[in-house]
Amino acid sequence: MIATSRGFAKRWARLAESDQYSLSSGSRVAVIGGGPAGSMFSYFLLNFAEITNLDLQVDIYEPRFFTHCGPAGCNHCGGIVSESLLQRLATEGIELPSHVVQRGMESYTLHMDVGTVRLNAPGLEKRIAAVYRGNGPRESEPLHQISFDGYLNELAVEKGARIVRRMATAMERTGDCIEISCADGHHRAYDLAVVATGINSHFVESVCGSTARIRQPKKTTTFISEFRLGRSMIEETLGNSMHVFLLDIPRLEFAALIPKGDYATLCMLGDDIDDELIQSFFRSAEFKQCFPDAIVPPHACHCLPRINVQTARYPFDDRIVMIGDSGTTRLFKDGLGAAYRTAKAAARTAVFHGVSSRDFENHFWPLCRTIDADNRIGKFVFSVSGLIQKARFSRRAVLRMTASEQAGDSPRKRMSEILWDIFSGSAPYREILGRAFHPAYVGGLIWNLAASNWPSARRRDSETAGQGV
Amino acid sequence: MADLGRLYKDGEIIVREGDSGDCMYVVQKGRVDVVTQSGNREIVLRSLARNDFFGEMALFERDLRTSTARAVGEARILTVDRRTFLRGISEDPSLALRMVRIMSHRIKDLTARLTAYENTPQTGST
Ligand SMILES: Cc1cc2nc3c(=O)[nH]c(=O)nc-3n(C[C@H](O)[C@H](O)[C@H](O)COP(=O)(O)OP(=O)(O)OC[C@H]3O[C@@H](n4cnc5c(N)ncnc54)[C@H](O)[C@@H]3O)c2cc1C
Repeated sequence: MIATSRGFAKRWARLAESDQYSLSSGSRVAVIGGGPAGSMFSYFLLNFAEITNLDLQVDIYEPRFFTHCGPAGCNHCGGIVSESLLQRLATEGIELPSHVVQRGMESYTLHMDVGTVRLNAPGLEKRIAAVYRGNGPRESEPLHQISFDGYLNELAVEKGARIVRRMATAMERTGDCIEISCADGHHRAYDLAVVATGINSHFVESVCGSTARIRQPKKTTTFISEFRLGRSMIEETLGNSMHVFLLDIPRLEFAALIPKGDYATLCMLGDDIDDELIQSFFRSAEFKQCFPDAIVPPHACHCLPRINVQTARYPFDDRIVMIGDSGTTRLFKDGLGAAYRTAKAAARTAVFHGVSSRDFENHFWPLCRTIDADNRIGKFVFSVSGLIQKARFSRRAVLRMTASEQAGDSPRKRMSEILWDIFSGSAPYREILGRAFHPAYVGGLIWNLAASNWPSARRRDSETAGQGV
Repeated sequence: MADLGRLYKDGEIIVREGDSGDCMYVVQKGRVDVVTQSGNREIVLRSLARNDFFGEMALFERDLRTSTARAVGEARILTVDRRTFLRGISEDPSLALRMVRIMSHRIKDLTARLTAYENTPQTGST
């Protein structure tokens, strides 16, 4: 009897809690940060609210004007919208208009010291988009709206969100609300606060500990720079291909050169990127050969943004949720895709379940955990690719296997598919690893290891190293 | 300023009735007619424009394509792979919400057309 009444009391308390922590018409939502995560959260929240006849007020705090050129308008990133994100957005009815897309990519070009090979998308379809997060590099011509982030802002505003052009400086729990304050004295109370400030802001530090039991995500420094080459030179030298480099340079994890309109964006990821590492990459023959006369031009602008390398613990509390880079993202790849996934999961939870810590734990945290677990596998995948980077004989095998797959017309191109998914970030690392254990792949790799390192093949290779395959 | 997807010329077939497929398509630019053959007559089932999708049945079943899609003028088309789509809805079923809504409109439209057809006096019947 007592047990039954206790169970009933528990359920009753849970019911009361779920009512206290659910959004209703007139509820106010603050989104701190109008980058991709913040805008997509607002868009989907208002979309779900429309379906369920909820009338919500959404304020996006974003001080940045994405119409500005250079760092003032930019959210510092390579600007690759992955194949999987493009396809998911297209399914949602969100199309990237041509004025936002700087270039449609139809291939990857892999540069190694043992040679170069191109991986083509099926049917040479432009499946990947290169965009600017702001309105182009520092010295670029100010154009009409071309920013990816600006476009997503517009979508959220069309759905009914309001942009507050202010930087939020503090967040405090007051009674049953979360109060957001700004340096100019502006403050307002909300039923839900969504932290989407990315990883390059101090705002997360102010939230962690004092207002909520949240521990910040871990981060590391990266490098981005923009080179002005002119549209026709880009067409001629880089084409519609993303150029990736697998070089034996200590501490370098990954580097990519992404052609856009008049510019090409270089991204370097690795272990504590510093000037020494940047210079040794700039000196590499493989990078130089991407430019006319093998001379690296001076860069128009550059930055050293940070990247999230470990999920925040736990990126939610009552009436608070952290999305995009400030919460969880994919390791080194498809950060925009992770921003979309976490933003949508948080919006779904808020509308269909509630905004208590328990709601986020049950309906939002599982996705973060999935991404986190996959990142651990990703670390392993990157350490294997690091070993390949270090050993010339394995680079030869990768080159040979990829080149022969690309030249042939077999429907299964196992090495190419693995490389494509690693570069594009389109598939979970778990899936990539699974494919790397397939006997046909392992057999092919062993065969290519032998064939490419046979003395006669090595001699031939050294004569043709550096040439396009 | 650049476009995505693959460019099809006027009249070019994007998918052919009877072919097998493992993807759907989304129109990025231009127009596409979805047609089927009835005897030796071609029937236009639907005319599609920007943001419309077609070939979605291949995402759910391994049947052959039930109609042909053809570019009307130049058209840019983006592919949505079955694998990406299924991975997406297994994580987030609401990904299919828009598709379900549009597919239910299409069923409504086809039902109305069928009813209109049934109510038309058939020539040659006694
Ligand atoms: C070198 C590098 C290259 C990358 N390349 C790619 C790539 O090619 N493709 C890809 O998918 N991902 C890439 N990423 C990852 C990608 O940039 C992020 O995952 C993505 O930007 C996350 O979006 P977000 O909205 O969470 O954060 P952000 O894009 O950082 O947006 C945060 C927003 O919050 C605003 N903000 C910050 N503080 C406050 C405040 N106190 N008040 C109000 N507003 C505030 C900022 O102005 C900003 O607009 C790259 C990252 C790095 C570092």
